[in-house]
Amino acid sequence: MEARFPWFILLAPLVSAVLIQLFLRKSRGTSAALSVLTVALTLVASIFVFIGHDGTSEVPWLDFRPAFYVPMGVTIDPLSKVMLLVVTGIGTLVHIYSLVYMKEDESEARFFGNLSLFMFSMLGIVLANNFAMMFVFWELVGVSSYLLIGHWFTRDSAAKAANKAFLANRIGDFGFMLGILMVWTASGSVVFSEIKNVLPTLSMPAGFITVASLLIFCGAVGKSAQFPLHVWLPDAMEGPTPVSALIHAATMVAAGVYMLARVSFFIQLSATALDVIAWVGIFTAILAALMATQQDDIKRILAYSTLSQLGYMVSAIGLAAPGAAMFHLFTHAFFKALLFLGAGAIIYAMHHEQDIWKMGGLSRKMKWTFLTFTAGYLALIGTWGFSGHFSKDVILLAAWQQNKGVFLFGVITAFLTAFYMTRLMVVTFFGSTRSEAADHAHDGPVTMTAPLMVLAVLSVCAGWAHFAGPALGGEFSEAIEAIEKGPGEWVVFVLTGLALLGGVGSGFILYSGRAKDPILIPLFKNKFYIDEIYAALIAGTQDLLATLARYLDQWLIDGALVRGLSGLAWGTGFVLRFLQFGNLQGYAFLFGLGVVATIYLLVFR
Amino acid sequence: MTLTLNHYLFVSGLLFAIGLGGVMLRRNIIIIFMCLELMLNAANLSLVAFSRFNLVDGLPNYNAQVLVFFIITVAAAEVAVGLAIIVALFRARQTTHVEDINSLKF
Repeated sequence: MEARFPWFILLAPLVSAVLIQLFLRKSRGTSAALSVLTVALTLVASIFVFIGHDGTSEVPWLDFRPAFYVPMGVTIDPLSKVMLLVVTGIGTLVHIYSLVYMKEDESEARFFGNLSLFMFSMLGIVLANNFAMMFVFWELVGVSSYLLIGHWFTRDSAAKAANKAFLANRIGDFGFMLGILMVWTASGSVVFSEIKNVLPTLSMPAGFITVASLLIFCGAVGKSAQFPLHVWLPDAMEGPTPVSALIHAATMVAAGVYMLARVSFFIQLSATALDVIAWVGIFTAILAALMATQQDDIKRILAYSTLSQLGYMVSAIGLAAPGAAMFHLFTHAFFKALLFLGAGAIIYAMHHEQDIWKMGGLSRKMKWTFLTFTAGYLALIGTWGFSGHFSKDVILLAAWQQNKGVFLFGVITAFLTAFYMTRLMVVTFFGSTRSEAADHAHDGPVTMTAPLMVLAVLSVCAGWAHFAGPALGGEFSEAIEAIEKGPGEWVVFVLTGLALLGGVGSGFILYSGRAKDPILIPLFKNKFYIDEIYAALIAGTQDLLATLARYLDQWLIDGALVRGLSGLAWGTGFVLRFLQFGNLQGYAFLFGLGVVATIYLLVFR
Repeated sequence: MTLTLNHYLFVSGLLFAIGLGGVMLRRNIIIIFMCLELMLNAANLSLVAFSRFNLVDGLPNYNAQVLVFFIITVAAAEVAVGLAIIVALFRARQTTHVEDINSLKF
């Protein structure tokens, strides 16, 4: 019985998605209810799985033994247990919240169908016990993310954002696939536990491991939106806000980190790969934090903040501390989902206005949203006692112990995080209301505020040792404790504290009472022009290729081949037609000459 | 003077040359047609002559004479078709002059 729970968790959302897509597209209420019910059941099943035993159960999928063998298998271990709780827990809250948020949407059924499809794919990644299965679900997550970002596909920007997300993901996935194939070639298996078992017996060149690790990391770069493929995540905010909360903050983007934690046993064999991962992560963190300081769209600020926090997690993987990464993933999922849902509540109350400069004074209008949002804010900037503080400090501590450069960037990012989040808070919730909509804003119904409250409680306490410890399981909590026992705890505590105070202080001083942004840094506002650089790069490459192709087509194919051949035939005909001079006797004469010549050749030669 | 093969061949060649000359030089298509027949009959004459002077066991070689009959038959058929074409041509163009019939030239 117990072994069936993981399969139930995996397949129930699929059933729901199929039912909705095939039969219930017209009945909005039923499909929403079905989707919510399914995800609630998976949450219950996940809790059962969580308190149950570890284990694996698999069925053959591609069985060509002894050549190769790929099973469909589900793994229950501490890593997947905590991820299951995060995905189904936040999934449930987001589903309930969506009931209100999407109430007036005509294609509500499609939305819930796609949400179920996403849950299926994400749970597939979480439960997968081998690379091939993970890759399949990895792509499915990409598809469902595409569908959900493009939910309002009649809006051009949404359709483009969906395409962008999908394409950026595909680039990463290509590397991921190559990485999988390299590991498969080397170890002869795709199953994680088998790879782990045979790894000590294999002799691979160091370069091979480095390249394979970095290719696998490519997948995470795409899915977890790390530099240089981070460009899709801010645009993905075109999707409905619950989607942003569930997919682009808490779960899908965390899949990259989760995957890296899953295969960290392999990546840790290569010091070079670890260094690259750590630096890419922290570079993304600081880059995104800088961009966030100048954004005006509330969801975009949160999106950049997500990028930045994902950077921390990836960096932790690179610091050989997957426990710390998973810890931060765990806490971040709660407070970032909370912040997004809070932002969604504000946007809903503001009639789909997302510009923070048009808000202001909302703390008086939307009391519950304000309180819960504040909890998320305090957790994100790492206030002592809130969940974000503990997990971020573990990462920074690990950085202090291993790589001072990464640590320095990490502290600067912490400062920036506090700064831009304070900016967001001050501009949105304090001061005077700056628009008609803000005057009339009010809290949403209880189905909207209840998930916020639950998440607020979780955001506060998810980091406490006796809460996070059991959630993360023995291995990871021990690893985290080991980091905490290491040197530098006070240095890190003081420095992050100073960064926090500095960020909050400067944010308050700069922004309280302002009606428009007092500082303007175009470089940050325009996201370091990375989108433009990509556009120019891609446009340039395409232009070049197109010009080349045009010349080839024009001169080689059209010119030499098509026109050349037809010209040859025409020219031959043109020359030969002068023989047709129209004199019958002339023809007869030529004929006679021919006969004479033939006779001469046949008889006299 | 006895007639030898050469005499016959000379007459045959003469007839052929007259026919060829007519085909080359005359402009009236009916005359050209008649000259063609003349050339066929020149060939017939030489065949018969060869047959007569090429004895096998004291008899002429009749193969050549049989060939002559074939040629006459084919020539008759050809005349039927050829004259029909010429009549049709004349009806269409009101001329039998070959220099006027050159619309297929470039």
